[in-house]
Amino acid sequence: MINLEKIYKRYGSVSALEGFSLEVPKGCLYGLLGPNGAGKTTALRILCTLLAPDQGRVFIAGLDALADPRGARAQLGYVAQEVAIDKILTGRELLELQGSLYHLSAARSRDRIAALSALLGMEEWLDRRCGSYSGGMRRRLDLACGLLHDPAVLVLDEPTVGLDIESRAALWDVLQQLRQQGTTILLSSHYLEEVDALADRLAILDRGCVIAEGTPEQLKQQLGGDRITLRVREFASQQEAQRVQQIIQGLLGVSQVLINRAQGHAINFVLEGQGSEALLQLRQQLEHAQVPVFSLAQSRPSLDDVYLQATGRTLMDAELAAISSRDSKAEKKQAMR
Amino acid sequence: MSAPSAIAEISQETLALSKRLFLQLKRRPSTLVAGILQPLIWLVLFGALFAKAPMGLFPGGGSYGKFLGAGVIVFTAFSAALNAGLPVMFDREFGFLNRLLVAPLRSRYSIVLASVLYITSLSLVQSLAIMAAAWGLGYGWPGGAGLLVVIGTLLLLVAAVTALSLALAFALPGHIELIAVIFVANLPLLFASTALAPISYMPGWLGWLAALNPLTFAIEPIRAAYLGQFAFDAVVLEAPYGALTAAQCLLLLLVLSAGLFLSIRPLLDRKLS
Repeated sequence: MINLEKIYKRYGSVSALEGFSLEVPKGCLYGLLGPNGAGKTTALRILCTLLAPDQGRVFIAGLDALADPRGARAQLGYVAQEVAIDKILTGRELLELQGSLYHLSAARSRDRIAALSALLGMEEWLDRRCGSYSGGMRRRLDLACGLLHDPAVLVLDEPTVGLDIESRAALWDVLQQLRQQGTTILLSSHYLEEVDALADRLAILDRGCVIAEGTPEQLKQQLGGDRITLRVREFASQQEAQRVQQIIQGLLGVSQVLINRAQGHAINFVLEGQGSEALLQLRQQLEHAQVPVFSLAQSRPSLDDVYLQATGRTLMDAELAAISSRDSKAEKKQAMR
Repeated sequence: MSAPSAIAEISQETLALSKRLFLQLKRRPSTLVAGILQPLIWLVLFGALFAKAPMGLFPGGGSYGKFLGAGVIVFTAFSAALNAGLPVMFDREFGFLNRLLVAPLRSRYSIVLASVLYITSLSLVQSLAIMAAAWGLGYGWPGGAGLLVVIGTLLLLVAAVTALSLALAFALPGHIELIAVIFVANLPLLFASTALAPISYMPGWLGWLAALNPLTFAIEPIRAAYLGQFAFDAVVLEAPYGALTAAQCLLLLLVLSAGLFLSIRPLLDRKLS
């Protein structure tokens, strides 16, 4: 339903996408996971014809979006990251405007607004001006705008950022309903649990490339053994963590030993085998090597581990690095026409 | 499936987009009010400033107020049109324009067209309010045919200035810059025109500026209409480079509007594609 082929996009000297490809089957709820600055928004803007790629091809519902952008736009509902609503209009007026921009008849527009306002629980406040809406209400209205013309493909850019837990759960519900009705949904997120819980398939994006793709189960199973997080104390120093890292690297059945800065220099590693027996053996080895233990946690591989495995850093670490290197002025310029 | 006609779709888009602008105006009428209040203050204060000037000192033989009226009417429409770009600029900045651009608009010029419709109506309403105020102050009324001349002339000027302002709204980086340009352009263009004084009162260099200023081309036919002396072949402006008839003034405005719309097209095409 959605096909992006070898997309390249640069902003000046900064490369945002480097050979990014994505294929979303019909009726799939697809997650695009990656830290801030990985290129998610750029990819979605290109998909929605807001941005032209330097190279590559874009297909939506079989239409070449670069050759026939108008045809592609009609198939597409786009819910942008920054919620742009007109504070002076009421929600209903905004939806009516949206309906006219998609050339719906007045009667069809009215019916769709009624249906969506029931689906998203907007009846009570739809005739109030948008300026008085809470963040959750704005997001729901924005989603209604994206869904008004009943698009075959719905694209959402970080739809739950800044939402309260209740609104988020409501949004997840709606997305799952839509998928059951056959809508193809592509959503970007930097929340692991969101993609894990919602998506049928996902791609992990890092520095403009897809580094892993598949169902959440597939991706996790590829990683093999259990993940162990060891803390030698609540907040260990870098040096101590490095010392312990070396010891652990020498232990039996242990691989991929990394220091997790975001967790107070905890040690992450993969333990071959599963369950309590493997853990028991590990405990004995640690005791023998005189490694102090503040906490020791064992889990099946998560999506974060998939990311860690592919990039050598956790999503949280990448997130922190991205925040410190962000250039908000340049980003605003990219978003503006 | 038969495709709906382009005209039907474009008018649906344009009407919906203009409706939004008019709803904004209705609920936040301060632009409308300020756009009337400012020229009204000019009219009253400037009219009073030269109230005791001898009769007949100004062309047409009436009071200064009668001379001033045409200038302030044009200034009203000009100021309104100069602000045409602001709503577009805010839409760019707040991302609302992106919402319009992901929609399958039949023509993205609907966005431009809606702005033109809106700003033209707004400036005409404001100008008519100032005309009524000038009438109340005893500065005259152009009569039925004269009113048509006034509206026609204003439409030409508004079209030109709107084109310029929309181009700036797409070319400049933000609303601060746009407001700065509007602020700098507004008053000098008023002073370097025949709105407040005839060319014969000006030093040579200023006379030249005023005779090249598009505002002057709008002011003089309207002034003639107010004096009841309007005819297409009547000379309305004694410029340093020769006399201009009303028809020539209007033609210059027409050429200017058409030229501006043509020359901003590449910019709009680039920004809207």
